[in-house]
Amino acid sequence: MPSRAQVLVRMRLADKTFQYLTHATALGVLALLGCIIVALIIGSLPALRTFGFEFLVSQRWNPVTERFGALAPIYGTVVTSLIAMAIAVPIGLLVAMFLTELCPLWLRRPIGIAVELLAGIPSIIYGIWGLFVFAPFLQVHVQPLLIDTFGEVPVLSSLFAGPPYGIGTLTAGLILAIMVLPFITSISRDVFEAVPAVLKESAYGLGCTTWEVFRSVVLPYARVGVIGGVMLGLGRALGETMAVTFVIGNAHKIAPSILAPGTTISATIANEFTEAVGDLYTSSLIALGLILFAITLVVLALARYLLLRVERRLGA
Amino acid sequence: MRTALYARRRRRNAIAMSLSLVATLIGLGWLVLILGALLWQGVNGLSLQVFTEMTPPPGADGGLLNPIFGSLIMTGLAVAIGTPVGILAGTYMAEYGRYARTTTIVRFINDILLSAPSIIVGLFIYEVVVAPMGHFSAFAGALALAVIVVPVVIRTTEDMLLLVPNALREAAAALGMPRAYVIRHVAYRAAKAGIVTGVLLAIARISGETAPLLFTALNNQFWSSNLNAPMASLPAVIFQFALSPYADWQKLAWTGALIITLAVLTLSIAARVVTGSRRQS
Repeated sequence: MPSRAQVLVRMRLADKTFQYLTHATALGVLALLGCIIVALIIGSLPALRTFGFEFLVSQRWNPVTERFGALAPIYGTVVTSLIAMAIAVPIGLLVAMFLTELCPLWLRRPIGIAVELLAGIPSIIYGIWGLFVFAPFLQVHVQPLLIDTFGEVPVLSSLFAGPPYGIGTLTAGLILAIMVLPFITSISRDVFEAVPAVLKESAYGLGCTTWEVFRSVVLPYARVGVIGGVMLGLGRALGETMAVTFVIGNAHKIAPSILAPGTTISATIANEFTEAVGDLYTSSLIALGLILFAITLVVLALARYLLLRVERRLGA
Repeated sequence: MRTALYARRRRRNAIAMSLSLVATLIGLGWLVLILGALLWQGVNGLSLQVFTEMTPPPGADGGLLNPIFGSLIMTGLAVAIGTPVGILAGTYMAEYGRYARTTTIVRFINDILLSAPSIIVGLFIYEVVVAPMGHFSAFAGALALAVIVVPVVIRTTEDMLLLVPNALREAAAALGMPRAYVIRHVAYRAAKAGIVTGVLLAIARISGETAPLLFTALNNQFWSSNLNAPMASLPAVIFQFALSPYADWQKLAWTGALIITLAVLTLSIAARVVTGSRRQS
């Protein structure tokens, strides 16, 4: 039979052990991010040493001669994300406006759930759907129309030039738009709902229409949160891999036409990593990963910072 | 004059409102289109054979038994590794370090990890596990998935523990319970439904992840239960089969996609049911 003192010592020990264990694990999360960054830097050193700054500005990608440059994938990543945001931001905001201002109460929950289900569908599903259903549809119905319509317009004609492949930068951008739409919608809805009812009601009391209330009261009040949500969506779009890999065409060149096949950082890594022979090739792909991680870290950190500001204001 | 202005404002309002309605229909339309195509193409290939036979060579009959098995093994292992880590870290943030500076920093970093590109996780595990070991392995794949599980579980654990009323903790402490016992026997029990939800959401998230598996677990045409060897997984097989030129492979890819989607939707709905029942009680 252990004495009371012994039991107390044992409990105290267990108590301290548990506390230190949880503390260590929490710090482990910080270490994890550090490890990821360090591992990527070490992995990309051979490529960065060989090519230096040229890696960022060259668009050569030749595995045979082992000359690599990241410009084409960076360009593709940025352009597809911009197309996605250009489409998803207005639509997402309009859907969020519908959900908070217009939608009958009984319909809000089902639509909200549907939007969140759309967010939960794995990206490879969007990829296979994009490849077999969406790209052929674009090729037959939409792209010829774009080429015909803008063929005579000076600037736009080069943007929509070339044969309708179906797959390509535009298709990837559209798929990304579908993918980030739910994120933008659900965050915007949350910040719109946080607008104090008194503010909206006083605007209505002055005789404003629903649109005027939304544009002049809700939107300015929720501005920071909306920007945070948009940045979060942008972070997703920049790093999205599978959906893009299926439909972008994986061509290492910068084409002026957005109908032409291109590539993105993540698609290049996904397509070529297991086939990469030679240390320099592998290292160049890891360097691409490092660039992607750096870009998304900045975007996501900014997004979280903005959303944190909103939370603080609501909490205060 | 005044009526003209009034009419213009009303017209503008009507246009904005119809636009928002159209946008909502478009947004929901995609869900219908995607799920419709998935059902249409996937149900065709759904048969008992899919669950009992291995992946075939091109032109032969076969199923998806080995990738389904591989996905289950790696998902299970990832959850087994990631959940305890996530719960412990979440516990620190909500219990011991609730007002600590560390917690704010960890929360910020965790939120970034939560939406970091998953292909980066694959590269990371390749660098620290696959390259030193010299070969691809199911274990590396599971580790990559575990890295994705951790932030999801941390987030929900912290949120749910913060919801537990302090009176419960104080009552237990007044009875003389040490802190660790209060957390394990009172706080965890009160937050159980929420923590389970977090784990379910994490499983839903990783069951469709492809990018982190491509160069960690690779793929395997054959049955393998060896954790130290490449292992097939549903997403990786879908990727390979969908981009192949063979019609029967593409058909299997659609079926696999349907299986994954059904699994993910079931998990997300189950997670909602778990939290829903907690709210009512």
